[in-house]
Amino acid sequence: MRRYLRRIIQSLSALFLNGYWYFPISRTIYQGQLKSICSPGLNCHSCPAAITACPLGAIQNFMAGIRASVEAARYHFGFYVLGWLGIIGGLVGRMPCGWICPFGLIQDLLFKIPGRKIRIPDIFSYGPYIFLALTIFILPIWVVDAFGYGFLWFCKFICPAGTLEAGLPLLILQPTLYGMVGHLFYIKVAVLFFFFTWSVLASRPFCRTVCPLGAFYSFFNRASLFQLKYHPEKCTHCELCYQDCPVDIKFYESPNDIRCIRCLVCLRESCAFGAISWEMGGIEGQSSRPKTSLVNSQLSLVKKTQLPDLTNDQ
Amino acid sequence: MRKGPFIIIGVFLLLCLMGTVTGEVRYVLEKAVSICLDCIGIG
Ligand code: SF4
Ligand code: SF4
Ligand code: SF4
Repeated sequence: MRRYLRRIIQSLSALFLNGYWYFPISRTIYQGQLKSICSPGLNCHSCPAAITACPLGAIQNFMAGIRASVEAARYHFGFYVLGWLGIIGGLVGRMPCGWICPFGLIQDLLFKIPGRKIRIPDIFSYGPYIFLALTIFILPIWVVDAFGYGFLWFCKFICPAGTLEAGLPLLILQPTLYGMVGHLFYIKVAVLFFFFTWSVLASRPFCRTVCPLGAFYSFFNRASLFQLKYHPEKCTHCELCYQDCPVDIKFYESPNDIRCIRCLVCLRESCAFGAISWEMGGIEGQSSRPKTSLVNSQLSLVKKTQLPDLTNDQ
Repeated sequence: MRKGPFIIIGVFLLLCLMGTVTGEVRYVLEKAVSICLDCIGIG
């Protein structure tokens, strides 16, 4: 149960955020008041089952309409969505990526498919910040049509969640949309296919190389109320946390790294030496508890030369 | 206890409230209840 807790919570949130199961009968998307709230993870609001708004879609809409809103003296700058995401980030940092985001869950499940696995080079970790700056803020504000409205660059040209959760199901539900399908749709299907394939080979490639929402949350990891704590005196540098980490972080070198999705695998499953614990607003949480049988089996796996001398205390 | 996180949460809470009083909640709802052709790749 403990081992599957995260998967259960991820699945329940995906089901909850996509809880409008009446769509096969209504043949359209949910249009109720809950859509004024943004989901904490990437979940397309044009998905027929989605009951919340997508934060990235909402911010782009604000940025694309910023000129028109100023001209009309409405002054809509997206503070509501940015504030909401900032509150989540301030509380738990990137934890929605590890526990709530439906597109994170999809990538996790694809990575479970057995086969050869590859690592993602560190250089790609700049990608999300470039996509955040360019496709969410700069281009939607800068490039506008004759009426002063910008485009939703991330949704339009990249977002594989939109293609998967909205594009494909809506084409099935509303066949009249087929007439509007053009090159752009096929490009987006290719992008989706590319990330699906990459997700089988590498862990969380979209999160680590593209996702602007993860990039936004990452700014809060080191300053959030929730923090992971490292206890160097207990660490044996066995590297089990590194081997299990879905985003290839060496916890013992960089606790609360900006790439950490707060999945807590290192704390709950990997570390058998009590070298990792958590803290929230001054309340100390449980440390990764030493498990005698696990310690013994792990010790036998680790080269003795890497370990501090634990037997010579006196 | 670290004060930083509380300041951050307070600042973003204020931002969220500012957006709420200027009618941004309604704007989010308006956009999210209509099918976005950009999102589905045919816009
Ligand atoms: S980084 Fe990944 S898990 Fe986080 S919001 Fe983006 S897609 Fe979801
Ligand atoms: S460092 Fe730990 S909590 Fe962070 S992503 Fe890696 S395994 Fe998960
Ligand atoms: S699993 Fe624990 S003991 Fe091993 S390297 Fe990571 S933090 Fe250190």
